[in-house]
Amino acid sequence: MTDLAEPRLANAWQDADWTKRRLRRRYRAERRFKAYGIIAVAVALGFLALLIGSVIAEGYPAFVRTSVALEVDFDPKVLGVGEAPSRDELQKANYGKLLRESVFAAFPEVTARKERRKLLKLVSTAARFELRELLVDDPSIVGTTQRVWLTASSDVDMLIKGSAPRDVPEDERRLDDQQIAWIDTFDAAGFVETGFNGEFFVNADSREPEIAGIGGAIAGSFYMLLVTLVLTFPIGVTAAIYLEEFAPKNRITDMIEVNINNLAAVPSIVFGLLGLAVFINLFHLPRSAPIVGGLTLTLMTLPTIIIAARSALKAVPPSIREGAYGVGASPIQVVFHHVLPLATPGILTGTIIGMARALGETAPLLMIGMVAFIVDIPGGPFDPATALPVQIFLWADSPERGFVEKVSAAILVLLAFLILMNAVAIYLRRKFEIRW
Amino acid sequence: MTDDTDGMVSLMMEEAGAPAAVPAAADDAGTEAPAPIRMRARDVNVFYADKQALFDVDIDLAQNKVTALIGPSGCGKSTFIRCLNRMNDIIDICRVTGSITLDDRDIYGRDIDVVQLRARVGMVFQKPNPFPKSIYENVAYGPRIHGLARKGRELDDVVEHSLRRAGLFDEVSDRLQQPGTSLSGGQQQRLCIARAIAISPEVILMDEPCSALDPIATAKVEELIDELREHYTIAIVTHNMQQAARVSQFTAFFHLGELVEFEATEQIFTNPHDQRTQDYITGRFG
Repeated sequence: MTDLAEPRLANAWQDADWTKRRLRRRYRAERRFKAYGIIAVAVALGFLALLIGSVIAEGYPAFVRTSVALEVDFDPKVLGVGEAPSRDELQKANYGKLLRESVFAAFPEVTARKERRKLLKLVSTAARFELRELLVDDPSIVGTTQRVWLTASSDVDMLIKGSAPRDVPEDERRLDDQQIAWIDTFDAAGFVETGFNGEFFVNADSREPEIAGIGGAIAGSFYMLLVTLVLTFPIGVTAAIYLEEFAPKNRITDMIEVNINNLAAVPSIVFGLLGLAVFINLFHLPRSAPIVGGLTLTLMTLPTIIIAARSALKAVPPSIREGAYGVGASPIQVVFHHVLPLATPGILTGTIIGMARALGETAPLLMIGMVAFIVDIPGGPFDPATALPVQIFLWADSPERGFVEKVSAAILVLLAFLILMNAVAIYLRRKFEIRW
Repeated sequence: MTDDTDGMVSLMMEEAGAPAAVPAAADDAGTEAPAPIRMRARDVNVFYADKQALFDVDIDLAQNKVTALIGPSGCGKSTFIRCLNRMNDIIDICRVTGSITLDDRDIYGRDIDVVQLRARVGMVFQKPNPFPKSIYENVAYGPRIHGLARKGRELDDVVEHSLRRAGLFDEVSDRLQQPGTSLSGGQQQRLCIARAIAISPEVILMDEPCSALDPIATAKVEELIDELREHYTIAIVTHNMQQAARVSQFTAFFHLGELVEFEATEQIFTNPHDQRTQDYITGRFG
């Protein structure tokens, strides 16, 4: 442009050196940028691998459980029942005594009261319920002696799985040398066994780490997401369609749009407070119930889904709309026959991603009492329940060593659900995608 | 929008008076035989927000005639043609004043249902825009939503008839269930024409229907337009002056939102009144 640049411009492509230099510089810049990109991706992947790796390493022992075998003499006298006990009698029989007698029988040489108490620490306190279940299922074993596999206590479980080290000083260990010796002799005799911990997936929470499971939390999360989905999907999609396709563009709709965008950015704990104030204090819905959790998460997820659905609708090319209007379709027909089918994959993806976010949400649930310690698996959205992320929070808060692995295992289950949901989102998007 | 035009309606009615049914002698292109006027636009002004895009346009569309709208880009010819079936209603910021009548009824009047209007005044767009559905479904959609044909044999007949009239049937008869988007550009545009005529409109508006097509496909569509004239009243926007000369009987020249000249095509291309028209058709600007 200027006089100075003129000669350079005129002969630029004739100057081989200059061209080569410029080319080299351009290639260098490209290579550099590529390297930055690869480094960034590598760092991200590295952290992801670290996270997942540590969670798996920490959590996999929770999927394995230790059992010990005891010769149990189902003596009616110990149980305190008659020779042919009724079902009701068996429900109320004295299983604590049965368990104690069986443990003592396995170690006849231990007689001191204090030592016997230490002996009882080897078997889970929940073992008596296992005995009861066994007997109620099959009353005919009353009066016989059976070898029964019972859940070991958390301390034994940790020891056998190697989670609790043996080489620390005795007074810093949960099990003393004598208890370890008992376990080792028992183990040597083949009376100790580890196996897949299926109970972890079906049991509800418990004070005993060895029998605590995430079944209750999964059920709670399921009912909660069900409520959320049933409410957010129709409300969110209808709102998005109305705002995007029918609403007049004026100050009021502008304000609504701004507010929806703001709501999507509101911290989730605020929605928890709202849920507490409205659903529990005003409408008197039951505390700790998935229905309230679901309603609260609905409030939280709605803006996300409305925004996702609106952008999916907006992405439908205007030429399709014009074509439909051109053959005399009414606005409703245009939306439902042409725009919505094309927007479906985007709407579904947005919904599932919103649901996945709701599944991982903890803070608002703390506000509406879903942090309660609940040992029953909820049978419906009105029963008290907890949710997966809250269960993780609760266990992480527990002092028992046995809950450490449970926390990681529950995180793994939660991550598995999230990955599953995202996979479904991708699958649905592929399936409903219409190419043109 | 309706408020502006209501006054105009009554005014227009008087002006239009009786001559709506002049006997049609439409046999020969180019002759000045008076044909009944189907659509009449008077003092049409269009605004996009505050910007005025059209200034006091008056145009008549005569039955069984092709009226070409020509002019440089951005002169308002597409805007005008989209007023004729109220396609501009979709654009929020667009405002139309003046009066446009179809068979002497104001199409912006309160008693007009815009959906029905668009069925009577069909449209073909610049870029072929078949629905992402099957070829059959593309054509059958209009008749179905308007209840023009019963599902099954009757609808099949309408589809076949429309595709035949659009000169496409022989090319697609063995793949009616394939997506309309799998066709070539020219075929897609003819499919869109078939879609438009499947609802038996009275007027067909074409907004640069050939601009995305190659010369062979263009020739086919032009031929088709000439055939369709027999049954319909047609308005076509085009950038191609040869095309306007070939297919139309009347030509309107737009410049900067104004209607400069509206005459028989022959007149415009041989002896235009306005200097700007002269310059444009001889290629001196535009």
